[in-house]
Parts: sequence; C-alpha cells; structure tokens
Amino acid sequence: MSVVILKAGPQATVEDLGRPGYRPLGVPGGGACDAPALRIGNLLVGNAEGAAGLEITLGGLQLRFERAGLFALTGAAVPASLDGMPIAGWCSVQARAGSVLRLGFASEGARAYLCLAGGIAVPPVLGSRSTGLLAGLGGHHGRALQPGDVLVLGEPVPAPVGRAVRAPHRGEVLRVLPGPEWPLLTREQQKALLGAVWSVSPDSNRMGARLAGPALAVEAASLPSHAVLPGVVQLPPSGQPIVLLADAQTTGGYAKPLVVIAADLWRAAQLRPGDALRFAEVSTQAALVALGVQQDWINRIARRLSWAM
Amino acid sequence: MSDAQLTIQPVGETALTLSAGEGLATQRRLWAAWHALRQRLPEVEWILGVGNLTGHYDPLATPARLIEKALEGAWTHSAGSEFEQGRTIEIPVRYGGEHGPDLAPVAEQTGLTEDEVIALHAKPDYVVYCLGFLPGFAYLGGLDARISVPRRATPRLRVPAGAVGIAGNQTGIYPLASPGGWQLIGRTDTPLFDPYRETPGLLAPGDTVRFVAAA
Repeated sequence: MSVVILKAGPQATVEDLGRPGYRPLGVPGGGACDAPALRIGNLLVGNAEGAAGLEITLGGLQLRFERAGLFALTGAAVPASLDGMPIAGWCSVQARAGSVLRLGFASEGARAYLCLAGGIAVPPVLGSRSTGLLAGLGGHHGRALQPGDVLVLGEPVPAPVGRAVRAPHRGEVLRVLPGPEWPLLTREQQKALLGAVWSVSPDSNRMGARLAGPALAVEAASLPSHAVLPGVVQLPPSGQPIVLLADAQTTGGYAKPLVVIAADLWRAAQLRPGDALRFAEVSTQAALVALGVQQDWINRIARRLSWAM
Repeated sequence: MSDAQLTIQPVGETALTLSAGEGLATQRRLWAAWHALRQRLPEVEWILGVGNLTGHYDPLATPARLIEKALEGAWTHSAGSEFEQGRTIEIPVRYGGEHGPDLAPVAEQTGLTEDEVIALHAKPDYVVYCLGFLPGFAYLGGLDARISVPRRATPRLRVPAGAVGIAGNQTGIYPLASPGGWQLIGRTDTPLFDPYRETPGLLAPGDTVRFVAAA
C-alpha cells in the first residue's frame, strides 16, 4: 500500500511524535508541532498514537491512493476533497484505489495532519520517523516532500469509517509560566510582554514562531549556552520574542523570560503569519492540570474509538 | 568553586536547570553529574550546557521535586569525583584560502600574520564542554585570547559542513551546512555527526580536540 504525492504545497514532512533522548547530542526533539492533532488523527484510523503521518504547512497538498485505505485529516482547518467530493476534518474517511485527495489552503491554523491507516513506513532514524530538516535526518530522505514522492504505508488495523472527533478550540491566548530570566526584565518590559497583542511574522518555521510587536529593549541578553526546549520564549537583542517549536535547536544563549505551558504547545504550533496572540501568565499547578486534562481528553478518545471497533 | 552560586530553576513545567557558574573545574563536575543522572534516571533527558545541566521530564510521570533532588544529589556527589578523561581526537584542518575565507580578516583584526593565527589556533588542547546547537556541534574551550574575534557583522546564509570558525572566545566546527555568523578560518573533512554510526556524534563532553594543519 502506498500513496503518491502529486503536489506538496508550501511544506509537507513526515512526522511522528519525535526523537526523544538525543538532545544531549544536539539533535532536536522534532516530531509533529501539534502533537495532539497527530495523535488523534492516528487514533481515528486505527493506528498507534505515535505512527508517522504528514504534517502539511498551510495546505496545498495533493496525493493519490494506490490502494484503498482509511485516512483522517486533523489540525488546521483545511478545505479538502476526495475525488471532487468535499470531506470533513477530524473524521475517518475511506479512499478507494486511485482516489485523489486535494487540500486547499487553511482558513484557520497553520499545520494540518494527514494520518493514513498503517502509518507511513519510512525507516526510523535515531528512533523516530520524523523529518529533521536542518540535518537532513529521518522522514522521507531527510527532506520535505516533492511531487512524485511515493510513501509506502504499514499494515493497517481494521477500523470503521466515519468516526469523528470534535476539533479543539484554539483561541488567541498562549498560557505561560515565568522563565528563568523573567526577573531580569524591568517592570515596564514585563508589562509590555504580557500586555501586548503580538503578531506572528512570516519568517516562522518548525524551529520557532517569530513575533512582532512593541520592541522591548533588552540588555546583555547573551547567556552561557544552556538547554532550550519547545515552548521556551526567547528574547533576542532585537526585542522581538521567538516561541520555540518542535524543531528548536537544543541549546541557546538568549534570555528566556517566558515558557509556554506544554498543554498550549499545539496552540503555538497552529499560529500562522499575521495571527494575533497574547500571553497569559498561569501557575505551575494550572499548567500541570491543563496537561492532565489534555492527556485525559486524548485517553478518552482512544477508549471511545477502541469500543467502537 | 563555591556552591553559593548554585541555582536550580524551572524552565516551564517540563524542565529544571541547575546552573553552577562557568569554568573548567565546574564543567568537570557537571560531566560527572551528567553521567550519573543519565544512568540513574534514563527516562529523563539530561542536557549539558556551559556551566549548567538541564533535566527535561514528563511532569505527569515524574514530579519536579524528584528531578530537583536528583540534580542536587548528583551535583553534591560530583565534588571531588574526577571525571575520567575523555578521548583525544585530532582533526585535520585546511586553513585559509577557499577553505577559510575569514583567515585574512582575522589576521588583520588581530594584528597577526595568517601563519601566526593558524599556529595559535592549532596549538592548544581544546576541551569539549558540551554538545548542542546543531547535531554533533561541540562547544570547545581553550581558544587563545590573541585570536579571539567577534562574529561577522553579517552572518552567512550558508556555511558549509566542516567549516572551522571563531566567535568571541570560542572556536568550533559546523557539523552541517547551515547559516552562521562565525569567522571561518578553515575546513575539515572529518564528519562530526553520522546518525548511522553506533555513536552518532564524533565528539563527547570531556573529550580533547587537537586541530592539525593539513596541506
């Protein structure tokens, strides 16, 4: 079983839940920027949560199924059609042999996930099928997809058609905890960082979302190199924050005034150029509760879908 | 160094960073603590920095308190425990010309001849403080202050893999082609990172690096 890429759109990569354990070597964690969307997409088609699917930036992808199979489209709201018939997202859909799936461009959100029954069977590299674009590592030959690429799928587990999950609501707020350098900011800088409506810049990618807004004067922002992680908000000397995402480099030297809570990483991943956002400070306890709620939500979906078998 | 400088700070709800101050003696203790923690809690990602060590963990599986205790304990036990010397790795470098387009500007900025810059760069035993930034990139300590130069005013859009550069008091080798602002004085063919090797990174914290001028 395989699919053939007819059009790749702005950027499409093979992603799973990432490559944990190699950060000490300088290898980014990687994986789907919006991990819950990939996990749920996989559950909808009967895959394990961490199977490899496609992360499709903004849309524009077209592919052909070489054999019949189930698929689900999650993440960003992207208009999609199968052989010309509109299909819904967050729902398992049956493709026939020769069916062509066409994606338009996202009306909301930045990254859509296409999960295919059986998962994408590229060979794992350093324990993961995700694409390390900078190092040319893993995924489909270490690069973004191109027209003509053929992706072989794994063995599917039978799963019903038409299973659906309600899409989560994103909003404009990223919940944050104060980072290690928060106390080094002046009161004015702290107020500006939390009070401003930030806008996402076009030069954002899987490494980070760059924000534009009121310039915050930053002094002596160079620190000894230290670990950075997805969710860390860096404040470089330009005064324009960067929210690090899945492919963030492993170490950095900029100040880290804020850290986006783990439960909101998917929200950061769905920001696209021009989107507005605000930061809202929460407590560590609230961050843990939010992460637990998110995990419960996915667990409930997993249970419900397994009963429906 | 005194433990008075020691801090353990959260980086969000999924990481804690122990900062111990800079210097080779501190870094030796951090290497020892890092090795101990990787053995004791392998489910946590332990990431070394320069003068710091971070534990990245799943807060739904492991409470922060346990990570904090582990960091404190490993740091305390690292006192006096001599980290075993790493390997010594020689890296042949072709200096100058097309391989090191910034050698001439570095010589100009430092008031040295190109040969003197090469001699000073190839002389010391460099210590691998930690890895990071790019897969297989090593933070090397030991650059001679006489050839310390700032980054280029305009970063290059593409620095080739194997480029050897200087920025501030650091020297390093780009393991992959990437954008970069370091002053490039040479280039090596020695691969620093290969995901298909059993040990993907050529260099490890605690190793010693010697640059050898190649024809």
